[in-house]
Amino acid sequence: MSTAPRLTALDAVHRSLGATMTDFAGWDMPLRYASERDEHNAVRTKAGLFDLSHMGEITVTGPAAADFLNFALVGNIGSVGVGRARYTMIVAEDGGILDDLIVYRLGETEYMVVANASNAQVVLDALTARAEGFDAEVRDDRDAYALLAVQGPESPGILKSLTDADLDGLKYYAGLPGTVAGVSALIARTGYTGEDGFELFVSPADAEKLWGALMEAGTPVGMVPAGLSCRDTLRLEAGMPLYGHELTAELTPFDAGLGRVVKFEKTSQSDSFVGRGALAAAAERAETAPPRKLVGLVAEGRRVPRAGFPVVADGKVIGEVTSGAPSPTLGKPIAMAYVDAEHAAPGTEGVGVDIRGTHEPYEVVALPFYKRQK
Amino acid sequence: MSNPQQLRYSKEHEWLSATEDGVATVGITEHAANALGDVVFAQLPEVGDTVTAGESCGELESTKSVSDLYAPVTGEIVAANQDVVDDPSLVNSAPFEGGWLFKVRITGEPDDLLSADEYTAFTAG
Repeated sequence: MSTAPRLTALDAVHRSLGATMTDFAGWDMPLRYASERDEHNAVRTKAGLFDLSHMGEITVTGPAAADFLNFALVGNIGSVGVGRARYTMIVAEDGGILDDLIVYRLGETEYMVVANASNAQVVLDALTARAEGFDAEVRDDRDAYALLAVQGPESPGILKSLTDADLDGLKYYAGLPGTVAGVSALIARTGYTGEDGFELFVSPADAEKLWGALMEAGTPVGMVPAGLSCRDTLRLEAGMPLYGHELTAELTPFDAGLGRVVKFEKTSQSDSFVGRGALAAAAERAETAPPRKLVGLVAEGRRVPRAGFPVVADGKVIGEVTSGAPSPTLGKPIAMAYVDAEHAAPGTEGVGVDIRGTHEPYEVVALPFYKRQK
Repeated sequence: MSNPQQLRYSKEHEWLSATEDGVATVGITEHAANALGDVVFAQLPEVGDTVTAGESCGELESTKSVSDLYAPVTGEIVAANQDVVDDPSLVNSAPFEGGWLFKVRITGEPDDLLSADEYTAFTAG
């Protein structure tokens, strides 16, 4: 197998912009163009343009597509209306999370499943295996799409100048086919930043043209190219989980505090789905013996907690940091962490993070750290 | 980026000024600052500390990671840059000037410090 990183259709653009590139799940991706803090703040106050072409698109079609996805995933996909999208998960038989996903229903019998880059092959393999016996086709469309995201308060205005699509009628977590700057695109009102924004799935051949048109329209209102580094701090402030950090194969959705995505009653004829038995047990455990809870931590000092650092109270380890970074919006280090239930209430006293041997004090807060004003 | 000719450099990406009365100023290079990303926290050695060439004497924390700060020479710390403690972004905006980190009275030097041209070649490789 080749170990050379894959390049997106926008690779030449990133290089011409002087981006610092990084290997991410086998892809060479832009980490930042100049200052990640400036990019972060631009997304919060104006807009940022992201290349997310590493995400894994899988198309599911056929008369039994809805029934199949109800069986393969934990959500009630059959109840998603055409043109809408849903956040869901795929788990193993033992209930462990294989990935979190967004499923777009593009037509009566057509869905697009978007997986994380690092899990795309796992998800594709699992879906392919689980499709046996269903009148449904699972297609690897990773090479069929480039993905650009425009995120931030200026994003509706920027996109409106380039499309006739009814953006006002496009709700959060919805997607419709349209034309943007003369390019055919699936326009979705989704994102991973906590801001209003759009994700544009296009042919890789059209990616440069669309990038150029978006930059031309967005630059006058303060839009800047934005890399993966600020994407991580944006999603962290918004309290959004990241696979490999807040979500792993060792956790069920109930352990991750996301039991609400599991639907035991489906719209299919059958309510059976992969992992059902293990998840029912996990749901019961969560009721009787609450697992560690995902909380927010805000630093009183300036030291930054990182993934894997122990959370402590009274000299004992009571949890573990899953993600941490200096928050540009709050001006303080923040973290997400799983902590024992008795220390999880916002305002709990005496909680700290062991930062290379020093116990630094942290405030326990409810997630998210940041919520946009509507 | 260009590395000032009058400075000397370590392979750990510190720069060292010419000495005056045995005291040199130390910072990290623009190359290192760019690699770190936005520096958000700096823990510098304190005045009176003794530092040893090649050993950790502080930390620079950026958005994505924390890096040890190494002493390029052995000696006694005679000043730490409080401006950087207050505003760590100086390390990014002016690594060779206002973003200096500490001043050290040199008692020993390793023999592998690099000239500007050697450091430029080192970081190009």
